[in-house]
Amino acid sequence: MPLAIAPLVAGCEREDRQYRADPPLLDARGAGRQYTLGERYLNNAYHLSQGKRLYASFNCRGCHFDGGGGIGPALMENRWIYGGTIADIVATIREGRPNGMPSFRGKITDEQIWEIAAYVLSMSGNVSSAAAPNRDDHMQGRPAENRQPTPPPPGDEAPKLLSP
Amino acid sequence: MVGPLVQSALDPHSPQGERLRDLIWIFTAVCGVVWLAVMIALAIAVWRRRASAAPEPSALERAAELRLTIIVGALVGMTAVTVLALTGLSYATQKRVLGRPLAAGMALLVTGHQWWWEVEYKDDEPARTFTTANEIHVPVGVPVTIRLRADDVIHSFWVPSLMGKEDLIPGRENSIRFTAARAGIYRGQCAEFCGAQHAHMALLVVAQEKPDFDAWRDGQIRSADDPNEPERQKGLAAFLAKPCVMCHAVRGTSAAARVGPDLTHVGSRMTLAAGTLPLSRGTLAAWLADPQGVKPGSQMPFVQLDPDELNAISAYLEGLK
Ligand code: HEC
Ligand code: HEC
Ligand SMILES: [Cu+2]
Repeated sequence: MPLAIAPLVAGCEREDRQYRADPPLLDARGAGRQYTLGERYLNNAYHLSQGKRLYASFNCRGCHFDGGGGIGPALMENRWIYGGTIADIVATIREGRPNGMPSFRGKITDEQIWEIAAYVLSMSGNVSSAAAPNRDDHMQGRPAENRQPTPPPPGDEAPKLLSP
Repeated sequence: MVGPLVQSALDPHSPQGERLRDLIWIFTAVCGVVWLAVMIALAIAVWRRRASAAPEPSALERAAELRLTIIVGALVGMTAVTVLALTGLSYATQKRVLGRPLAAGMALLVTGHQWWWEVEYKDDEPARTFTTANEIHVPVGVPVTIRLRADDVIHSFWVPSLMGKEDLIPGRENSIRFTAARAGIYRGQCAEFCGAQHAHMALLVVAQEKPDFDAWRDGQIRSADDPNEPERQKGLAAFLAKPCVMCHAVRGTSAAARVGPDLTHVGSRMTLAAGTLPLSRGTLAAWLADPQGVKPGSQMPFVQLDPDELNAISAYLEGLK
């Protein structure tokens, strides 16, 4: 019986839709205590699919394409110039990076930056595959996010399975 | 706020709507007669129970057997004819209502988004095309063809007093036609479940006499006026400095995104957020202060604004007539 209930409980977190971030959460993010908050976004299907929608709306595609890279680097290879934790990705999006990544500070709300950052990580298999978006209705140039293989632990320089 | 709204397939205000209403009544009448006949037959059968058990239940009575076969056969035949006739009638009506595209008249493009309607008025002259949202104006007596697309999931376009339903399907283009017979305000509603705020995905069709419609269209084609009042000027500056510009367009300013509704003339609309609230300065402020409280799940995020910014932006938007 506990075994039967366990996946249901895990599923609750996946399904939970929080439309408004709690004020304490907003404060915590502002105060830089953000490292523990990532899980809320990484394991939640709603935040990830919102991130996917916004990645298209805000035209990240224009430079990074569908994760394969173009003007900007590939985002699906799990090799990061500026670090691959969700807090690093949030900082990249919010503050921009010197070689051509624009800053979205004040242009995208914090909540949405976190959602986009979580989605960016799903492209390299760094989120719960139970929560990652599945295949698109239209043609896709790579496997769906929930079929992305989980990358090896950091530091392990194993050869990459996927090229752009 | 909005005057008498009409929203009933039984109260049609267009020839297409009248045909559908006739179809509804014919179906109701025919099915009603059939239902009554069945009920009467049933009542007779119950009432005329067999007087006494037959001495030999399996004994065949040839004459009675034949009579029953004929009655049952005739009833099956009548049922088939009724079903075929109704199917044919429904098909013929649908063909007349939805059939060949109209060469003349006006063309619109409506795109369904979770959970609002984007409306584009096409024109041969590019400078006369424009985009608006959630409110469609049409001239009385002019045939209108609406092309229907969807941005995310399946929606369905339905203004019951003017037309039947037509689905909006991602990756596909459908169309629907109608001619408003009388001036009035007709309410429509998304008719295909499309997520959390499906119920708050309404639209208004405003049918106007030609001169009124032309005046409205000329107004919508214009870019937004520059604000003169200091408060509205502050509002414009705050609007342009905030994430609003990542999603919204106000023609005549640098805001040109198309993720959310075009706000160039948002102050001229009767409702806010696809029919969720009547539009006023107060409701605009309520919406900006807490979009997720007004319409939970909406794709418009909460943007942190201080009270002065909130007031100034509401004033600016309300003045976008
Ligand atoms: C104008 C083109 C452009 C746009 C638009 C753009 N990026 Fe970038 N992005 C770049 C470039 C160029 C870099 C590399 C910057 C560097 O090396 O300093 C980059 C770097 C990044 C990185 C860091 C990658 C690493 O290896 O550390 C991430 C993550 C990223 N972008 C995400 C996004 C997201 C999410 C969006 C949409 C909100 C976006 N980008 C929009 C051009 C762009
Ligand atoms: C992430 C994109 C996004 C951002 C940022 C955003 N909006 Fe919106 N906005 C939307 C969407 C989507 C809707 C439609 C919501 C609905 O009806 O469900 C909307 C609706 C509206 C409406 C109602 C329009 C109508 O026709 O009823 C107004 C007014 C509005 N937004 C103003 C603003 C202002 C002011 C800001 C900045 C403080 C802003 N929005 C920021 C996406 C956005
Ligand atoms: Cu719907």
